[in-house]
Amino acid sequence: MNNAFKHSLLATAIAVGSAGITAASAETEMVVVSWGGAYTKSQQLAYHDPYMAKNPNIKIINDDSSAEAAAKIRAQAEAGNVSWDLVDVEPDTAIALCDEGLLVEFDYDKDFVPAPDGTSAKDDFGASAEVSPCFVPQIVFSTTFGYRTDILKNPPKTIHDVFDLEKFPGKRALQKHPAGNLEWALIADGVDAADVYDVLDTEAGVDRAFKKLDTIKDQVVWWTKGAQPGQLLADGEVVMGSAYNGRLFAAIEENKQPIGMMWDWQLFALDGWVVPKGAPNMAEVMKYLKFATDSQRLADQAKYISYGPARASSAPLVGKHAELGIEMGPHMPTAPANAKHTILKDVSWWADHVDELRERFESWVAS
Amino acid sequence: MSETSTSPELLKTPDGTPLKVALNRTLRYRKRTALLLVAPLFLFVMVTFLFPIFDMLSRSVDNKIVHEVLPKTSALLSEWDDSTGKLPDEAVFKSLVLEGQIAAKAKTFNKLGKRLNYETSGMSSLFRKTGRKLQRFDPEKLKTTYTDHILSIDKKWKHIEKWQLIKRESSKYTASYYYAALDAQMTASGLAFKDDNKQIYLTLFKRTLYMSTLITFLTILLGYPIAFLLASLKTRTSNLLMILVLLPFWTSLLVRTSAWIALLQKEGVINDFLVGIGLISDESRLQMIHNQTGTIISMTHILLPFMILPLFSVMKTISPSYMRAARSMGATPFTAFRRIYFPNTIAGIGAGGILVFILSIGFYITPALVGGTDGTMISNFIAYHISESLNWGLAAALGTILLLLVLALYILYDKIVGIDNMKFG
Repeated sequence: MNNAFKHSLLATAIAVGSAGITAASAETEMVVVSWGGAYTKSQQLAYHDPYMAKNPNIKIINDDSSAEAAAKIRAQAEAGNVSWDLVDVEPDTAIALCDEGLLVEFDYDKDFVPAPDGTSAKDDFGASAEVSPCFVPQIVFSTTFGYRTDILKNPPKTIHDVFDLEKFPGKRALQKHPAGNLEWALIADGVDAADVYDVLDTEAGVDRAFKKLDTIKDQVVWWTKGAQPGQLLADGEVVMGSAYNGRLFAAIEENKQPIGMMWDWQLFALDGWVVPKGAPNMAEVMKYLKFATDSQRLADQAKYISYGPARASSAPLVGKHAELGIEMGPHMPTAPANAKHTILKDVSWWADHVDELRERFESWVAS
Repeated sequence: MSETSTSPELLKTPDGTPLKVALNRTLRYRKRTALLLVAPLFLFVMVTFLFPIFDMLSRSVDNKIVHEVLPKTSALLSEWDDSTGKLPDEAVFKSLVLEGQIAAKAKTFNKLGKRLNYETSGMSSLFRKTGRKLQRFDPEKLKTTYTDHILSIDKKWKHIEKWQLIKRESSKYTASYYYAALDAQMTASGLAFKDDNKQIYLTLFKRTLYMSTLITFLTILLGYPIAFLLASLKTRTSNLLMILVLLPFWTSLLVRTSAWIALLQKEGVINDFLVGIGLISDESRLQMIHNQTGTIISMTHILLPFMILPLFSVMKTISPSYMRAARSMGATPFTAFRRIYFPNTIAGIGAGGILVFILSIGFYITPALVGGTDGTMISNFIAYHISESLNWGLAAALGTILLLLVLALYILYDKIVGIDNMKFG
């Protein structure tokens, strides 16, 4: 509500201002909601700044509220006062809100531009376009493992090593959320990666995953915020831990911590844009989205943060890190050397089961 | 002149109106002024307090969605006998197809799926898939029965439990959020507790009550001597000491919580000190934060001023001559304290106690930051259901239960100690 207030205050200020000057500078303010920090910065540099340079009548205002996006979009819709134009969310939020009819549905081939070689937008986005009709992905990020290179002389190489306390003693950091942990537990327990979600679909499969997690439970430090695992590793509180690959990149390359990456069975997930129904500047937002989701723009974002672009045609366009000057290609979770074994998080399966499993997970963690 | 003095019932004011009427008029006027004066406050309380609470209560039982999205289907289902183990008949399937199609186009069909998914996992994707197919469905081209058509979209519709669930949730009001908030569930065979490994809220309610009680007692234990010291010292010194109580009170909650993290964590100040003096080895550093201990320590510290301030203001009013009188009549210091001083401070303990208890029962930020796994409280789950799972019905039910718990304890307190005895100063 604070944002709505701020926004209307700004709008009023501008209205009063322009009425006074009568110059009628038709400036449109677009409120773009994202995750803040390094991530919003990468969007600012790759999307917002170039777009505003091209369209001087547009002013983009950042709002770092993505973590509360689901509740706020619903509250804005209920109050009949939508103040956000564009929101960066994870697919599960997009699916949930799309189900409630609170988001604009996209027509991929009409709303977004094709790849430079002429491949249609829908094919270029591939499977990630199927997540939800209300969602257009920007990045592929992965939850993968980091370990202390100075403490573990013999580095962990596979997901089995995470569950092996004898060969790799020490605390592990894991996310306090069932997604990812259950999948890894099953793979470490010998389930074929292709069957993970079929196995999880049964009660016995879930039991099996929890049983495997039981074997390391007393050695786990649980994290809830993306910044925590990097800190836990840097402080030496844990010897290995799951983390978002961009955070590990920052810890290793920017902060020069003695941390190594273990990419085995990294969990791929997406992040992208949604447009709330009734967004104040609908036409402008759709124009902006067309620009911000083209192949070059997605590749540009990877210059500022080590997340992979969601379009296939963007991969060859990824260049060097803007400040560190290192080639970003090999650091992408999608790089062939890193992506030998990957799981794509099945968001629609999780949309069904997250409530139930989250409760079970919490009660398991607390017991 | 003689007329007015002989009939006292006809007393009049100088302008000729009977005194009774004039008095009533003045009283009415006063009442109106008083009402107008409290009107802003009354409106404020209505808008910011009563209305939200009423909204919460209604959300926790609201279940109009099934009836709104599938009016005919749910009416037909209410006549279906689900105990036979047979699927509903063709008419139900037909109305599901037709109403589902309308709902899918109006984007309300998936919303219903999401609502039913709170009761049974898997309903969300079943409705999403069915809705997608129904949107493109053309009744003219239907070659099979409606039943076969639905089953060809997804064979999960064969499960009788799915239909039983829709039938059960067809009424406009539901208690299922309350069942869920108490770790129970309505099943085909009646109300039952969930499996042990899925129970969570009862444990959390118990833990919240336990921790709040413990924190209340700890603040009494720690706050009483401090308040006593403040009340018995000279004003100059006690004012100086009072600043030490008030300074943390004015500091942001987040700052104080973070300070405790810095003190208590494994690589923190206290552990470093203990290792430094050789009391514990470097490997066996104590785990004092991200668990219940850490939460209790930091919450006790944060809530201490709420105990000290009412205690202090009550103790300030106790005349030192009472104690002197008791001593002069031969009481030992302890007896004098127990029989004279302490009973006089009960009002302050009551006020501080109820303040600390009610604040801690709804504490949210501190347990979220330092609670770890066994230090989280019920409010953290209410927040989760509000902002992440979007299950506002369950959040409202949990909130309502919490509210009732507080009211019950308040009444209990009134019965035992008496609310009139409470003094904030």
